[in-house]
Amino acid sequence: MATESSTDFTLDTAAELAAEEQGVIEGKSPWLLAWRRLRRNYIALAFLLLFVAIVVMCALAPVYSAHVAHSAPNEGHLGETFTRDGKQIQIVSKGGFAGDKFVAGGVPVGPQLWHAGGRYVFGADNLGRDVAVRLLYGGINSLKIGIGSALICTLLAVVLALLAGYYGGWVDWVISRFFDLIWAFPVLLLAIALGTALSINGFHHFGINLAQGSLWIPTLVISYVLIPYVGRPLRGQIMSLREKEFIEAATAQGASPLRVMFTELTPNIASSVLVFFTLIIASNILTEAGLSFLGAGVQAPNASWGTLIADGQDRIVTAPWLAIIPGIAIVLTVLSLNVFGDGLRDALDPRAKVRMER
Amino acid sequence: MIAFLARRLIGAVLVLIAVSFITYLIFIKIPGGDPAQRIAGRTATDANIADIRAKLHLNDPFYVQYWGMMQSLFNGSLKSYASQLNVVSEIKKGIPATLSLCVGAGIIWLFFGILVGVISAVTAGRWSDRLITVFALVGISMPVFWLGLIARYLFAQGHPFALLPDGEYVPLTSNPWQWFVHLLMPWWVLAVLFIGFYGRVLRSNILDTINEDYVRTAKAKGLAANRVLMKHVLRNSLIPIVTLFGLDFAAVVGGSAILTETVFNLHGVGQYAAESTQNLDLPPIMGVTIYATFFIVFFSVVVDFLYAWLDPRIRPT
Repeated sequence: MATESSTDFTLDTAAELAAEEQGVIEGKSPWLLAWRRLRRNYIALAFLLLFVAIVVMCALAPVYSAHVAHSAPNEGHLGETFTRDGKQIQIVSKGGFAGDKFVAGGVPVGPQLWHAGGRYVFGADNLGRDVAVRLLYGGINSLKIGIGSALICTLLAVVLALLAGYYGGWVDWVISRFFDLIWAFPVLLLAIALGTALSINGFHHFGINLAQGSLWIPTLVISYVLIPYVGRPLRGQIMSLREKEFIEAATAQGASPLRVMFTELTPNIASSVLVFFTLIIASNILTEAGLSFLGAGVQAPNASWGTLIADGQDRIVTAPWLAIIPGIAIVLTVLSLNVFGDGLRDALDPRAKVRMER
Repeated sequence: MIAFLARRLIGAVLVLIAVSFITYLIFIKIPGGDPAQRIAGRTATDANIADIRAKLHLNDPFYVQYWGMMQSLFNGSLKSYASQLNVVSEIKKGIPATLSLCVGAGIIWLFFGILVGVISAVTAGRWSDRLITVFALVGISMPVFWLGLIARYLFAQGHPFALLPDGEYVPLTSNPWQWFVHLLMPWWVLAVLFIGFYGRVLRSNILDTINEDYVRTAKAKGLAANRVLMKHVLRNSLIPIVTLFGLDFAAVVGGSAILTETVFNLHGVGQYAAESTQNLDLPPIMGVTIYATFFIVFFSVVVDFLYAWLDPRIRPT
């Protein structure tokens, strides 16, 4: 888990692209130039498309559940049958003898793909629930938590980095020690402990009320983990930007500190923030899966990709698809974000190495 | 150097105090966490609970309780609320498994990470390099526990390619061969995630170093290409890898191995922590948190020293 975050991968297209475009950059905005570079990085774009496709598929989960699979995500079908090629098949096998052959009981039906008219495309679980439907609904939760916690993390890191970098002095000292502290914390351990504790009774302090099954609990627990990884490099960038002439000019024109921070400094770190944001979503989806796997994340009957793998681990012999399929979903999602994030970084600034400091 | 050491040590102690205090506060404040009620069970009378509260000093102010817990942790008498087992001896019981897992995996990922990085840099742009890139990207995108499950599904006894035993830890002292065989799968599962990543970092370091003036000078002197690569390029490119390894190794020992330990049922410190958190058992959580923070802080100091030793341009100040 430790190293999920930082990346130094490039697909070696940035330098070539940067060389090609000499002479045509005059009068173009940095964002337009970045788009011109990104547009030609087909690998990064293909993986962006993959990520968008995954998001759209998960968003369409209710439609799929109602019109294709005809089963709600938490709806069990023990003892029922479905039709495949005109034959009745038990969704979860009953133990006993079929002719002379002994059939083990409680084994759910495997992936049917499209042979059963859209039902049990990825098989059933031990309660007869449709795995494909649960996969899509679980994906909504995994993505919500991943994106939500990445938003909170980047927002906090940017604000802290702005304060530390702009004011310097004791403000910088306090914030830097705060980063050090999170850095030295055994974060996964604390996240597991917090996640477990909060999932029992929820959180009811300081006017904040979170019910016990709330998705906000894993989202908040995960969000602080990577704050120093983002905050430290951003603080460094702001410290050097702060000495530039345009900041001096803004201050001389009477701009307040807040104005300087948010209208002068923030746009200049926006490209790094965007790259970090993409990579943090990827990392947080993995962390969420780990927490949920240990029972400290999303709580039953809600599903996430992590809980689906946890549910499947005891049945890895009789029903391997239960654990394998959600894992593939995680790998595809995280991979697409990592590859796109790298492409984005190359496009935004092919010379600077924006990477998560460790 | 002595001033540097002293400052780092004081900093480390402060971090340990802060981390333990924050952990304590969180678990005192968390709702539903009254240990007396959980120990007493459902049929307990109020008198029972009051008795347990008094015995555990739960009525004292929280800073007194904190101090008491830290004292008993360091003199080795701290007991779990849930099982009444001694926390320090439970952690000690888990350390051989955790260290066996982490040291073995660390050796594998460092060795193969460097190998892969050198191959990738020497063949930059060719198919082997591209393949390593793909491998590395997939590697950092996989949940480690999922990889562990798949490995068990494929290679453990009773499965399609029954080559290795299915989890559990055998102490090195009782049977070295069984120790090795049992750990082979966990080692690789934990290491695979790092190999590609280290390879990529080393690759870009080597490619940066190869254009330095002193490398050109070495070549101009007529040194053999291999010698230039090993003596001049690799030595300098490895410095960031040392830092990375120190921090990652500390993070793995200090809790990141939880998932691997749980999947393979190794009964290490991480698994002990995971089980304790499920019972909201504060004393073991405190014990493991301190243990983990100690490793993380200790290794970051070690890394700073190694760094200064390897690269004389950076002197600890």
